[in-house]
Amino acid sequence: MRPSDTNLPARAVRYRRSRTGLVWAGLRRASLTTWLGLCVILLYAILALFAPLIAPYGEADVVSSQPFAAWNSTFLFGTDQLGRDVMSRIIYGARNSVGIAFITTTIAFLLGGTLGILSAISPSWLDHVLSGVADMLMAIPQLIFALILLALFGSSIPSIVMIIAVLNSTQIFRLARSSARNVAVMEFIEVASLRGERTLWIIVREILPNIMPTLIAEFGLRFCFVFLTISALSFLGLGIQPPSADWGTMVRESATFISYGNITPLLPAAAIALLTVSINFVVDWFLDIASGLRDDQ
Amino acid sequence: MRKEIISNPLFRTIFTRLGLGFVTLFAVSLIIFAAIAVLPGDFAKATLGRAATPETVANFQKSLGLDRPVAERYLKWIGGAVTGDLGLSFSSGSGTPRTVGSIIGPRLKNTLFLAGITALVAIPIALLLGIIAAIRRNSWLDRILNAVTLASISFPEFFVAYVLMLLLAVKLPLFYSLARVTPSMGSIEVLERIALPVLTLSFGIIAHMMRMTRAAIIGLLSHPYIEMAKLKGVPPWRVILRHALPNAWAPIVAVIAFNLAYLIVGVVVVEVVFVYPGIGQAMVDAVRSRDIPVVQGCALIFAASYILLNLLADVIAIATNPRLAHPR
Repeated sequence: MRPSDTNLPARAVRYRRSRTGLVWAGLRRASLTTWLGLCVILLYAILALFAPLIAPYGEADVVSSQPFAAWNSTFLFGTDQLGRDVMSRIIYGARNSVGIAFITTTIAFLLGGTLGILSAISPSWLDHVLSGVADMLMAIPQLIFALILLALFGSSIPSIVMIIAVLNSTQIFRLARSSARNVAVMEFIEVASLRGERTLWIIVREILPNIMPTLIAEFGLRFCFVFLTISALSFLGLGIQPPSADWGTMVRESATFISYGNITPLLPAAAIALLTVSINFVVDWFLDIASGLRDDQ
Repeated sequence: MRKEIISNPLFRTIFTRLGLGFVTLFAVSLIIFAAIAVLPGDFAKATLGRAATPETVANFQKSLGLDRPVAERYLKWIGGAVTGDLGLSFSSGSGTPRTVGSIIGPRLKNTLFLAGITALVAIPIALLLGIIAAIRRNSWLDRILNAVTLASISFPEFFVAYVLMLLLAVKLPLFYSLARVTPSMGSIEVLERIALPVLTLSFGIIAHMMRMTRAAIIGLLSHPYIEMAKLKGVPPWRVILRHALPNAWAPIVAVIAFNLAYLIVGVVVVEVVFVYPGIGQAMVDAVRSRDIPVVQGCALIFAASYILLNLLADVIAIATNPRLAHPR
């Protein structure tokens, strides 16, 4: 320390900030893109939750005798091949497409996360077996694997959710396992087990809080991936089946209109793109403040 | 000499990785095969419809060899697959056999052509952009490239495809909006037709490859000998071309192999969008009609090329690791 430093007035002691305090501090530092991303995600959540209140017409209601009507004041984005209101279907799509992707990601996390943490603290033979299975499942490109399984089980919402969840859980398994392993060798875990704590307590109270930031960031990225995979399957006609309003399926149904310069099919596609980009921006920002959560700087 | 090769950690690691790769290939072929053999669902009945009598079902199963034991069928299937015979499609009628090979064969050629052209277009652009972004790190150019590539990675492929189609085929009629090709077309005409699919695929793959190249070069530029060269007063472009690049080839080649594996999957959606008669579209059609032998054949080709390209990337990465090349 240089002598001149001692002349400076002493800085106030910094107390450890609470989590909410850190999040607020992070929000203040957040860039424009982060705010944009957060607003978009909030908007989608509102659309999904209150779709019946917001949408002018029902999800599968045939409201016009004219199929493929152009954009007009009654039907803002026109009607589809059966005379259903396109705008209402896009709003309901937030509920179906995003909702199904969210459920799938949650199942994948419960499965992959639980097995990953278990694998990190269990005897090595079990760890080897689980890791071997995960590696094997990851050796086939996911979309191809999903296509094989869909050919066998047929396309229904439960089978899509389960297939995509299981295929994605392998990546989460890997991440949870490696980060839990890093924590499991620390002294405080040893202290806890010497103190006689049960395994479940150690997982929930010691390991989980330490790997949570990594897992939350992964949840965002994984959700994007799941969402894009299910949309791609729906677009191929193998995903969510009509009459449920789904963005991937809607693109597929109206795709030929592109050739006439009509941008209606791009609306559901853009809805997908906007959400995934927004989530990516927010995850970027979250990783930034998550490092603050750890270092407490 | 021979003993040296065996004890050399470099060769040992490569052999281990190769062995592991072939074990994976075997296991994956088992998984794909098990799809038809183990899981429930009587495909003969499903294919022939409700009107099928037990005799026609038995005949159908016999003609497809479904009445043989599982192990025998696997050996026959994998043995045939190695020689290019993937069995009979479920779509074959009683008197008109259609082999999976005759369905997939010409389409595989189309897909390889599309992927090959895409690689030729995408790789040089991606490497160039990646190197520029690495040199001009944190400049406005780097930031723009970062934002654009992040966005293009998070867009669904069909969105990119339709936007390009709208802009470059409908609003500005530069290219064909659909890539319908026939074997009688000349190669120039085929190239014109597949311009948009190539562009769509390149868009995604350039983004991935550029980001990985940038990361590889930046990792390299942090080495002390680069610092030394800079301190000696070597001009920046020379530092990159003469000092960094020769050592960067290894990670870059690994990046290329990895992204070609990624290209394999991207091809499925793009082929469907542009109605390109490739193997991806064949697989989607087969899944829809639940023509399991065709699905298996396509899946085996996709999975095998994916595994082999990843294996190649790993082996290159291991072979060029100086720590393994010079054992102590």
